[in-house]
Amino acid sequence: MPDYSPYKASVDELLDFYRQMLLIRRFEEKAGQLYGMGLIGGFCHLYIGQEAVVVGLQSALKAGDSVITGYRDHGHMLACGIESRAVMAELTGRAAGISKGKGGSMHMFSVEHGFYGGHGIVAAQVPLGTGLAFAHKYKGDGNVCLTYFGDGAANQGQVYESFNMAELWKLPVVYVIENNQYAMGTSVNRASAEDQLYRRGESFRIEGIQVNGMDVLEVRGAAQMAIEWVRSGKGPLLLELKTYRYRGHSMSDPAKYRSREEVQAMREKSDPIEAAKKHLLAAGVDEAKLKDIEKEVRAIVNDSADFAEQAPEPELSELYTDVLVGSY
Amino acid sequence: MNMIEALNSAMDVALTRDPAVTIFGQDVGYFGGVFRATDGLQRKHGLTRVFDAPISEGGIVAVAVGMGAYGKRPVVEIQFADYIYPATDQLISEAARMRYRTGGEWWSPITVRSPYGGGIYGGQTHSQSPEGIFTHVAGLKTVIPSNPYDAKGLLIAAIEDDDPVLFFEPKRLYNGPFDGHHDKPVEPWSKHPASEVPEGHYVVPLGKANIVRAGNAVTVLAYGTMVHVALAAAQETGIDAEVIDLRTLMPLDLETITRSVSRTGRCVVVHEATRTCGFGAELAALVQEHCFFDLEAPIERVTGWDTPYPHAFEWEYFPGPKRVGEALRRTVEA
Repeated sequence: MPDYSPYKASVDELLDFYRQMLLIRRFEEKAGQLYGMGLIGGFCHLYIGQEAVVVGLQSALKAGDSVITGYRDHGHMLACGIESRAVMAELTGRAAGISKGKGGSMHMFSVEHGFYGGHGIVAAQVPLGTGLAFAHKYKGDGNVCLTYFGDGAANQGQVYESFNMAELWKLPVVYVIENNQYAMGTSVNRASAEDQLYRRGESFRIEGIQVNGMDVLEVRGAAQMAIEWVRSGKGPLLLELKTYRYRGHSMSDPAKYRSREEVQAMREKSDPIEAAKKHLLAAGVDEAKLKDIEKEVRAIVNDSADFAEQAPEPELSELYTDVLVGSY
Repeated sequence: MNMIEALNSAMDVALTRDPAVTIFGQDVGYFGGVFRATDGLQRKHGLTRVFDAPISEGGIVAVAVGMGAYGKRPVVEIQFADYIYPATDQLISEAARMRYRTGGEWWSPITVRSPYGGGIYGGQTHSQSPEGIFTHVAGLKTVIPSNPYDAKGLLIAAIEDDDPVLFFEPKRLYNGPFDGHHDKPVEPWSKHPASEVPEGHYVVPLGKANIVRAGNAVTVLAYGTMVHVALAAAQETGIDAEVIDLRTLMPLDLETITRSVSRTGRCVVVHEATRTCGFGAELAALVQEHCFFDLEAPIERVTGWDTPYPHAFEWEYFPGPKRVGEALRRTVEA
């Protein structure tokens, strides 16, 4: 049975985690504002509350590893080191967006950063990630794939086709279930016969572990173990990260299916950024240092918002590019 | 009633009249549906009649087919038409063919409701119009309403129908008759005569088109949101167009179409879906077969482009009144 302990981060590492989580949160808050101003249209799913998951996991990867996720993807992109400007400009549909403005919030890619999307169809990325892992194995490049999906996606049939193939072929993939407890408006236990999602791989002999996804050091500890496990050729592993989204499913969801008190309690008692801050202060980091980080992060986010507002829209000729290699 | 209220009323009526009717899908029970179409139905009719399903489109439709074969009358919701593809195997290989391959012993009296279409900045996975994939399959019926009155009557007809019906709801029309002028606020349905929807049971029969604007210069064939776009185009160009709201694509009211085109001698087909092999191609072929000697001009198609629905070009992609108007002009001047 795989086991792990919380990561023992140096102060510098913890500062970096803090900074990354803060960047995601402020970025998402800004995206929410731009949405409210009409600069971002349609669908926009914010990652606020779940920051420790992606920051902890990504920090354990090596260059060359691949990452794939669903539609709540802004945080994953930032944690992959993709420039804030390029992400925000994709949200506003501008040519300088990471996918030329043609993808939008849910559909963004950067192969350069090992980020394979950004997928709008719930769970469709799970077999794709399995395929990425298969390619890593075929090429013998020693890389692994982190395949993120949500508690709602965990009920799609294609997830289990993927599990079977991944274990059968011993593929280097970590399946990361980000269990934020609500698939849109349906809570996990109303839609899942087995709501302990880390057990969902059992009949395929895939081991699973449940992790506190609100603590970046726990996440990093579990991630490190899991990534080493799959990198060593033992086949896939399943991590269930228990987390929580503070906002609605998307910008148009008032989240009436849960109580205000429930959300408030999570924010007050389990906030991943506040927890990291406490660790840092306890380790003797000066509060002024944290304020500087806050200032720096805000500057990045404001700059990316200005950029995303002012950058030009793509040329109309782009409508027909990248449908196929050539034209038809 | 607006469109959502009309759909809700149709399901309420169906649940009340027929104990075999069962409604399920993602978020449809407790939450009342992502677009609120099933709001209050679980509270009123109980957990065994209206309930939530996991995110498992293939499973949802498959279970409906099984229930339907054993005397139930399931109405399922696929939250966005873009999510329907995992269920296409069950729709095409099972639901559509059950009656044929069992020699009429079993069938699939199921209704699959699904919000579809663009104009909401949904990008490529929340804007699609996949009706042409399903009209291509023998054994499926496809219905697309354009207003609250029709939506209720057609949905009741679909539920009462003994064959599988795909019921695509133009989500851009849920709150008002959007005519493609995205820069202006949409009038609420309450100002539109089709918002006068009876509370009780009535049916708008499948396979009957509706002439929503009479005219002599050109026939416009449209459905869903494009009905309102076509009306706006006719009004703005001043062209004496006859606009036909098809309401159901399969079965198709060929008689109303050919009677109109034979009289006007000109035809423009409009849909949001991609152009190649879209339902418009079938319409153009049928008009050509049946009205060839009456045609005065080539049949025009105004459609979405042959690309995924792009995030950045919402209104370049969406066939708005300007494009439809230009096609009307070309057709009457040809």
